Amino acid sequence: MNDRARQGTKPETKQATKPEIKPVVNESGIEVKPLYTPEDVERSGGYKLVGLPGEYPFTRGIHRLMYRKQPWTMRQYAGFGNPHETNQRFKYLIANGQTGLNVAFDLPTQIGLDSDDPQAEGEIGRVGMSVDTLRDFELAFDGIDLDQITVSLTINGAAAILIAMYLAMAEKRGYDVKKLRGTAQNDILKEFIGRGTWIFPVEPSIRLVGDTIEYCAEHAPKYSPVSVCGYHIRESGATPAQEMAYAFCIAKAYADEVLKRGLSIDEFAGRLSYNFNIFGNIFEQVCKFRAGRSLWAKIMKEEYGAEAPGSMWLRMIAAGGGGGLTFEQPELNIVRGAYYALISALSGTQTMALCSYDEAYTIPTEYSARISLRTMQILIEEMGLTETVDPLAGSYYVETMTNQMRDKMVEIMAETDAQGGIVKLVSEGIVQAKVSAQAYQMQRDIESGAFPKVGVNRYRNDQDEEHPVEFHAYQEEDARRQIENLERVRAERDAQDVARCLAQVGVDARAGANVMPAIVAAVKAYASVGEITRELVQVYGRYREPIRF
Amino acid sequence: MESRLPRFARNDERFASARTVRTNVMNHGNNQRHIKVLLAKPGLDGHDQGAKIVARAMMDAGFEVIYTGLRQTPEAVARMSLEEDVDVIALSSMAGSHLPFCRKLKPLLEADGLTDKLWLIGGNLPALDHQALRELGFRGIFPTGSKLDAIVDFIREQVK
Repeated sequence: MNDRARQGTKPETKQATKPEIKPVVNESGIEVKPLYTPEDVERSGGYKLVGLPGEYPFTRGIHRLMYRKQPWTMRQYAGFGNPHETNQRFKYLIANGQTGLNVAFDLPTQIGLDSDDPQAEGEIGRVGMSVDTLRDFELAFDGIDLDQITVSLTINGAAAILIAMYLAMAEKRGYDVKKLRGTAQNDILKEFIGRGTWIFPVEPSIRLVGDTIEYCAEHAPKYSPVSVCGYHIRESGATPAQEMAYAFCIAKAYADEVLKRGLSIDEFAGRLSYNFNIFGNIFEQVCKFRAGRSLWAKIMKEEYGAEAPGSMWLRMIAAGGGGGLTFEQPELNIVRGAYYALISALSGTQTMALCSYDEAYTIPTEYSARISLRTMQILIEEMGLTETVDPLAGSYYVETMTNQMRDKMVEIMAETDAQGGIVKLVSEGIVQAKVSAQAYQMQRDIESGAFPKVGVNRYRNDQDEEHPVEFHAYQEEDARRQIENLERVRAERDAQDVARCLAQVGVDARAGANVMPAIVAAVKAYASVGEITRELVQVYGRYREPIRF
Repeated sequence: MESRLPRFARNDERFASARTVRTNVMNHGNNQRHIKVLLAKPGLDGHDQGAKIVARAMMDAGFEVIYTGLRQTPEAVARMSLEEDVDVIALSSMAGSHLPFCRKLKPLLEADGLTDKLWLIGGNLPALDHQALRELGFRGIFPTGSKLDAIVDFIREQVK
C-alpha cells in the first residue's frame, strides 16, 4: 500500500528530505492519499463499473433521474406513549412537510409483551408507541392517508405480528392491500448483533422472516417486508465496509430462506430494502454506498440469477448516525445532522431519517424533530442537491475509493463465508465479539484523543453544566390508560374466535407452515401481541444469548 | 479475553436467556485486591454496546467480570449478586427505565444483605435523576460521556 501510495510522487524532488506526511487510513482500513490522479482510478479497477444511473450495476443510483424526479422521502423516527399521542405527533410531522412515517415502538411491544405483563412495568410507551392489539393501530393511523404517506415499522422480533396488524388495519380501512406500500424493519439477524429485541432462537427467527417475505410476495406485493440494517451493526462497532458486507450476508441468508420455499428471486428481491448508517468520513460513506449498489446488483444478478432490475436495486434509508452524535455540546449534533443529510443526498439514498440532536438524551421533542425535518428541506429547497444525479461521479478520489470499498466488502463477505457464514457466526456470538472489540478500541481512541471528536476530546466546554435538552417525562397515566384499553378490547372481542385463531397459529408453527395467514387472522380477531408471541414461543422456544468476549 | 464460561441460567422461564460469562481471573502479580464485578443489563433494553465496552475495560483492569447479558429482572440481578459473592453490582441502562428498575432492586439487595457491596449504574442517566439514584444506594453514577478509566479507578478506590 505504501509503495503504491508513493508512486504518485516524484522521487527526484526535495520531498524525500521533508518530514513525511502522516499516513491516513480510513475506518474501513483503506489508505487515503493526499492526491488522486487518473492512474489511481485505473489501478483500482478503472471506470468500468461506473455506468449510468438507472442502469446495471447502478453505482450511480438506482433511478435514471433520482431526485430530479422526486426528492428523497423524509421519514423521521417517531412514536411514544399511547397510540393517541403518537397519532398527534405523526400529524404534526406530516403538517410540517414530512413525506413518510417511521414508527417507534416501546420495548414491551418490540419483544412481544402485552402492556399488562409484569415485565412491561415502567417501560410502557417509554421509547416508542405501545401496541397491544389491532385497536392501537387503528388509533395510531387514524386520519392518515396510507396512499399518500408510506409507513415504516421499526419492529423486528415481533415483526410478523406487527406487519399482519398493519395490513389488517389498512384492509379494514378500505385500502387495497395489493397496492399498499410501506416497510417493516424485520431484520432479526442484526438484532442478535446489536439492538437486542430478539424473541425466538436464530433458526425459527429466520424462518419467520421468510414467512413474512413469502406472504407479502403473494398478498402485499408492493410492501417491503424487510429492511436489512447495516445501521445497527455499525453502531455496535463495525467499520463502514463491514457494515455493508455483513448486511449483504444477512440479506442473502433471508433470500436463501425464501428460495427454499420455491419462489423465484424476482418474485421477492425487488421488495428487499436496506437501512445504513452515515457517520464518519464523508467520502468513505459516499463511496460505501456507490460501491455497495454495484456489489449488491452483481450479487443479485450473477449469484442469484435475478433478471428484473428492481431485484438488483439497493434501496435504502440512510442519514441516521447515532454513533457519531455526542452527549457533550448536543447542539453540535444539529450541525452533524446537516452533514449526514448532505452525505446521504450525495450517496443517492431513497429515504432519510436524521437522528435529532437530543437523541443521546431522550426521545425527540416536536422542536428537535422539526429541526431535523427542516435540515433536509433546506438541502432540497436551497442547496441544489436534487438537481443533478450522483454529482461526485468522476472524481479520481471518489471513483478510486468506490473501487477500493467494493474490494474491501467482497473480502469481508468472502471471509465471513469461509468462517461458516453469517448465520453461524451470529449464532455463536463471533460477529458480536468482533464488533464489540472494535467498539472498545474506538472508545479508548476517543478517550485518548487519538480519534478526534469535537466537544469530547477537542474543544470541550467543561464549564457548561446545563445542556439545552428538554426531557420527555414518562407518563404513568398513559401507561395505565394503555392497560385499560387492552382490558377493554379483551372484554369486547369474541373470546372463542380469539382462542381458535391463536390455536391455529400454534398448529401452523408446529407444522412448519407459513404462520402469516394464521397471524393475520388472529390480529383481525384482536388477539394481542403478547398472546400471539406466547403461542409461537411454545413452539419455537426463546433465544439464548451467546456471550463471548 | 478469550475465556468463555457460560453458566448460571437460573432465571425465570421467560427470561431464561441470561447466560453469564466469567472472565479470566487475571493475576497481575501485584498486591491489588481481587475485585469481582457483576455487570448487568436491567430491564428490556437491548443496547449492550456500552455494557460490553465497560466489561472489557474492567477485564483489562484485572477485575473478574460476570456479564449477565440482556433482560435481567431485579430478582435475577439480586440472586446472581448473592450467589456469585461479588464486590460490585453494576448496571448499564440506556432506555430510560433505570429509576423504576432500581426502586425494585434496592429492597431485594437489602434483603440479601448486599448493602455493603458497591452499587454502580451507568448509561443514559439524566442529571435530574442522579440524586434519586444516590438515595437508592448507588454510590457510583456514570452517565454517558464518562471515561472508562474513571469507572475503573472509582471501583479500585471504593472496594478496599
